[in-house]
Amino acid sequence: MRVTVTVNGEQRRADDVWEGESLLFLLRERLGLPGSKNACEQGECGSCTVYLDDVPVCSCLVAAGQVQDREVRTVEGLAEGDRLDPVQEAFVEAGAVQCGFCTPGLVVAAHDLLDRVPRPSDPEIREALAGNLCRCTGYEKILDAVRLAAARR
Amino acid sequence: MDFLRPNTFAEALALKAEQPDAVPIAGGTDVMVELNFDHRRPPALLDLTRIAELREWSAVDGKLRVGSGVPYARIIEQLGGQLPGLAMASRTVGSPQIRNRGTVGGNLGAASPAGDTHPVLLAGDAVIEAASARGTRMIPAAEFYLGVKRNALEPDELIAAVHLNAAPGPEQFAKVGTRNAMVIAVCSFAIALHPAEKRVGAAVGSAAPTPRHATAAEEFLAGELDWDAPKPLLDSVKRRFGELVAEAASPIDDVRGSAAYRKHALAVLARRTLGWAWQDHLGKETRECA
Repeated sequence: MRVTVTVNGEQRRADDVWEGESLLFLLRERLGLPGSKNACEQGECGSCTVYLDDVPVCSCLVAAGQVQDREVRTVEGLAEGDRLDPVQEAFVEAGAVQCGFCTPGLVVAAHDLLDRVPRPSDPEIREALAGNLCRCTGYEKILDAVRLAAARR
Repeated sequence: MDFLRPNTFAEALALKAEQPDAVPIAGGTDVMVELNFDHRRPPALLDLTRIAELREWSAVDGKLRVGSGVPYARIIEQLGGQLPGLAMASRTVGSPQIRNRGTVGGNLGAASPAGDTHPVLLAGDAVIEAASARGTRMIPAAEFYLGVKRNALEPDELIAAVHLNAAPGPEQFAKVGTRNAMVIAVCSFAIALHPAEKRVGAAVGSAAPTPRHATAAEEFLAGELDWDAPKPLLDSVKRRFGELVAEAASPIDDVRGSAAYRKHALAVLARRTLGWAWQDHLGKETRECA
């Protein structure tokens, strides 16, 4: 089937999409956007988190056909040109990246949190990031990064 | 595989009548896992996310009709006051990303014994509105769960909504898992007090082939509670209530926990949630008298 969807502000089209395919596969393998990571494929790890109509979701659990005519924003769509989003900058500065695999999902989840709650408490940060696993277990630096990004807003 | 994209519920029902083996998909939090892991290759997917009416809820005279496509995040945000038990259970589902997508309709459709909202729906006497091109019927939650991942829906039926009364009294839900987020319940328990009717709703999850009422516990407690002149509960009443709740379960040993642990934990959850619920009731009575 054909899927037409707005991704990062641009209308994109993919043909011959398998009906049982996930949004994650569509993004990575058909639209050339490998920022969203494929790890668990069951919504456990959050590495594939993207915005779907402004709501963060696991793209591995969205059927590609469900995004027809909808808006998706991936981690690639957060920066403005060469300027990183403040959340991305904070992750770099705080050293919140080890192997980097979980980073895109965490950046999107943190970005959404700070949009909703500009000055989150630590429990709020933990709750908002509860669906994102970092198997390097670099959580302390990740919390630092979110606090840093919040402080700069 | 077909991908069916109805824009209205009527269209969806017509499609389901034509293709009863089409698998409904809303939040995808169960269906997509099965597809991603090649556990299931349905001949068709029936996407319900374009149907605006399924994403609505309404309240008339304290009776709530929650569309099957209302995601958990909105139940927590918008219905916590009227349906505290359902909101509590919804808060324990998955993670923020999962709660943004997952729906009570999906919980019911999958009918996993471990589904988080089932005990609350049982304790609160929820009624499931099932629809097909032939018409609509109302199925009490107690008659909805038929077996492990089996429910009372006919092949051409879809879940339109869940009906619940705005909580007439205190409600509590508790769940055991290895962490707060992203856990399938080892076991879960819901209690709802119905003070006007001097009745108790209590149900267990993830501790039997289906979620189920703890009927003997409900009856015992309704008789023990002094509804008109509420006073602190005796430990012996809490303990007996816990025992009866554990007896209602018929759990299995599996990777998440042993049957014996589940029974033990259910008794603890039952005592604890009863304490909280009765405390709420006492507090309310005291305030009203003062």
